[in-house]
Amino acid sequence: MTAIQTFVPAAAELTRPKRTATRARIFSATLLGLFLLFQALPIYWIVRMSLMTPNNVLTRPDFLPVEPTLDNYRTIFTDPSWYMSYVHQISYVALNTVISLAVALPAAYAFSRYRFLGDKHVFFWLFSNRMAPPAVFLLPFFQLYSAVGLFDTPWAVALAHTLFVVPLAVWILEGFMSGIPREIDETALVDGFSLPRFFVTVFMPMIASGIGVTAFFCFMFSWIELLLARTLTSVDARPIVVTMTRTASTSGMDWGLLAAAGVLTILPGIAVIWFVRNYIAKGFALGRV
Amino acid sequence: MAEITISALCHSYDGDLSDRSRLALKGIDHVWLDGGAYALLGPSGGGKSSMLNIISGLVRPTAGRILFDGREVTDLRPEERNIAQVFQFPVLYDTMSVAENLAFPLRNRRLPAPLIARRVAEVAEMLDLGPLLKRRAAGLGAADKQKISLGRGLVREDVAAILFDEPLTVIDPQVKFELRRKLKLVHETLKLTLVYVTHDQNEALTFADEVVVMSHGELLQAGTPEALYERPSHSFVGRFIGSPGMNFLPCALEGGEIRFDGGRLPARGLAVPGRAKLALGLRPQAIRPAAAPTGIEADLIEVEERGSYRIVDLALGANRIKMRLPEDIPLPAGRFPLAFNLSSTLVYADDQLVGDLTHA
Amino acid sequence: MHKLEDNRAWFLVIPVFVLVAFNAVVPLMTVVNYSVQDIFGPGQRAFVGVEWFREMLRDPTVQSAFLRQILFSLLVLAMQIPLGVGVALLLPRSGWKSSLAIILVAIPLLVPFNVVGTIWQVYARPEIGLFGRLINATGIDYNYTASPLAAWVTLLLMDAWHWAPLVILLAFAGLCSIPEPYYQAARIDGASRAAVFRFIELPKLRGVLTIAVLLRFMDSFMIYTEPFVVTGGGPGSSTTFLSIRLVNMAVGQFDLGPAAAFSLMYFLVILLFSYVFYTIMKLNNAR
Repeated sequence: MTAIQTFVPAAAELTRPKRTATRARIFSATLLGLFLLFQALPIYWIVRMSLMTPNNVLTRPDFLPVEPTLDNYRTIFTDPSWYMSYVHQISYVALNTVISLAVALPAAYAFSRYRFLGDKHVFFWLFSNRMAPPAVFLLPFFQLYSAVGLFDTPWAVALAHTLFVVPLAVWILEGFMSGIPREIDETALVDGFSLPRFFVTVFMPMIASGIGVTAFFCFMFSWIELLLARTLTSVDARPIVVTMTRTASTSGMDWGLLAAAGVLTILPGIAVIWFVRNYIAKGFALGRV
Repeated sequence: MAEITISALCHSYDGDLSDRSRLALKGIDHVWLDGGAYALLGPSGGGKSSMLNIISGLVRPTAGRILFDGREVTDLRPEERNIAQVFQFPVLYDTMSVAENLAFPLRNRRLPAPLIARRVAEVAEMLDLGPLLKRRAAGLGAADKQKISLGRGLVREDVAAILFDEPLTVIDPQVKFELRRKLKLVHETLKLTLVYVTHDQNEALTFADEVVVMSHGELLQAGTPEALYERPSHSFVGRFIGSPGMNFLPCALEGGEIRFDGGRLPARGLAVPGRAKLALGLRPQAIRPAAAPTGIEADLIEVEERGSYRIVDLALGANRIKMRLPEDIPLPAGRFPLAFNLSSTLVYADDQLVGDLTHA
Repeated sequence: MHKLEDNRAWFLVIPVFVLVAFNAVVPLMTVVNYSVQDIFGPGQRAFVGVEWFREMLRDPTVQSAFLRQILFSLLVLAMQIPLGVGVALLLPRSGWKSSLAIILVAIPLLVPFNVVGTIWQVYARPEIGLFGRLINATGIDYNYTASPLAAWVTLLLMDAWHWAPLVILLAFAGLCSIPEPYYQAARIDGASRAAVFRFIELPKLRGVLTIAVLLRFMDSFMIYTEPFVVTGGGPGSSTTFLSIRLVNMAVGQFDLGPAAAFSLMYFLVILLFSYVFYTIMKLNNAR
């Protein structure tokens, strides 16, 4: 069915009388514009806050930043307890993404290609973990990771996050892999590829958009999570999302500084979206259309 | 039913006609006679599908006009044109039953229910879909799905034409033949104008009364399968039709003679435009080994057995040509003289047919 | 697809199995262990059976949090699924406009929960927030720290802001996968825009919408950080959802036994609901 998608798109060639077509287009562009405005204004508001002093944030309702200043950003970039938080967060998110993909890829392959003892039960059990509220596991996780000596390291958060991320990763990858006929595997194995070599050099490139989207989901859920990250770190591995909450409670609310820190948590996300933007149209169907 | 006339049709997918080389259609005139069976043949990307979509109204041509029975339809929407179109891949409404699929175009026109039921029954009868009417369309085989796609077009009364866009692509070889016969039968029963797009010459030659060859957005030739085979008016048609295709020998006209590497032939009275690039076109069937010297000698390169005939690869001067030889004619070895059937030895000037060597 | 029967495939699943078991089994056992004991202090505990479960089921604050949670998740689904599909229909399908629109739409997805909370905390304030001021300017008295209705509206809009993009991207990808001939055939058949949506687009979106409904249900049912930052569960307890109630109990009051019993029931409820959703949507597919 892939050949279908190479059809020359002719949707733009409306034969409808031009005026109604134009009116419909203006109407839908307006609706889309309104939605994008709804999406953009809160972002604008935090950017605006980040350029103001805490006092101004709390007293001035103006649309544009009042007495704009970069002091908040200066604070973050000169204070190691701030900027190192970003390093900590990026390191556990990256670790989590790599670990999740590394374990999910072979498992997804097994689920998509083989029947084996208890396969359906394992699959459902895996997925059920996606449904466990993080709040449930706070205390047990704290005890578990303290007991194994990983508390307050990036590993603790990275491993804890895999509980919620890996089931989804296996599920998404399985969908993509099932879309690839098994004849491909058989041909390659007959041609003398070993399974690992076939998997890395032939199979993985074929599901590249699936891997891209899975990595996106791993990154996303790990990057935005706060509860587990706060429970499993104290000083040495404290990520920015936690630093923000600690600051808020000790020195009173420094809204300007908080907003600047928040703006800096959005930037890596934008970079990630930029990388996957071309996979979205194909990959986000998650191989399940 | 309708006679379809297209005139001065030009199309560009970005709406810009200034760069001729990028046009999908480059100024096409043609008349599809009422009730005729036409094949639209050519390589992929030659403009066949664009042409079909313009006839059905899915695409509005950048310039030019389309007339159904003399009535201008260029600006009409597809549903106002009463066209049945079947695509390469079956298009079905998955959630509907077969009967609902067939009724869909009529329901969209808000026709009364009894009339819809009658038409659906008639169409189902004609396409042998009767037993499937209650089934969900999604679960059927590709051939049945294509029949439903066709049925949705035929269910309207006064269908102007049936358009097929390579409808047999996804059909298994076993059922292909049967479905093709069914399509032909429907055409004969309803006497509708039928246009069948394909890149498969066998499909085109067996299906159609008239074959229209398109390449690079141009209509190269329209004619009966015999005409296309025997007198291709463009060298592309010669190469594209026939297996193997026509041989072309670069040549020159000098002093009433056609000269080519390896021989010469009389060509008195043949007029060609000056400075044109000349070539001699020869069907592989028009070449035979000669008993006596003819002044044209070739070396045997390779023989390929094809059952009742052989395809013989020959070196003639610097050119390679193919000869198609029935099993009962002996094939000499080594170097031997060749005879050309002069009425099938065609002369092309800048790829256009200018004449043959018969009357020379 | 036909699958081969081969138990050696287990070797490929072992890494995932070990990782998830490490994370899930030990903590789950801990929770189960707590849920049937009364803990007075280090080393001092007593077996109480299902006492904590019974107590939690009878606890009015838990009951009301549960009903609140269900209402919230249903509202989230009712808003975000149609909104997501609607916006996906509006997005341009190709070209730079498409890329730009997708990036703009997707940005909120990658904003951490507490930053989302921080943004809306200020953005929705009636005196200094753009959103709060705009609403009040229309003459509606809006203050999310005082009125439960305003608090709910704020949280629902915030959640839509954060998560509708996920539904949009899923639906957009689903729409992009519909081959052009479907639209062409519909035009030849004279189908209206509504009929195209009903008979072509919606059926093709089913797979991705199942995923969207499941993910949105689970995540909205577990919501904690955003309402905690914006309303702290108030005003009163009008936005105290299950996770907030749970964390208050476990961390605030240090009632580990009841909290553990609560946790287990919470988990089972999500499992049950997800199973029901999944089965319904699968049945719909098969029909």
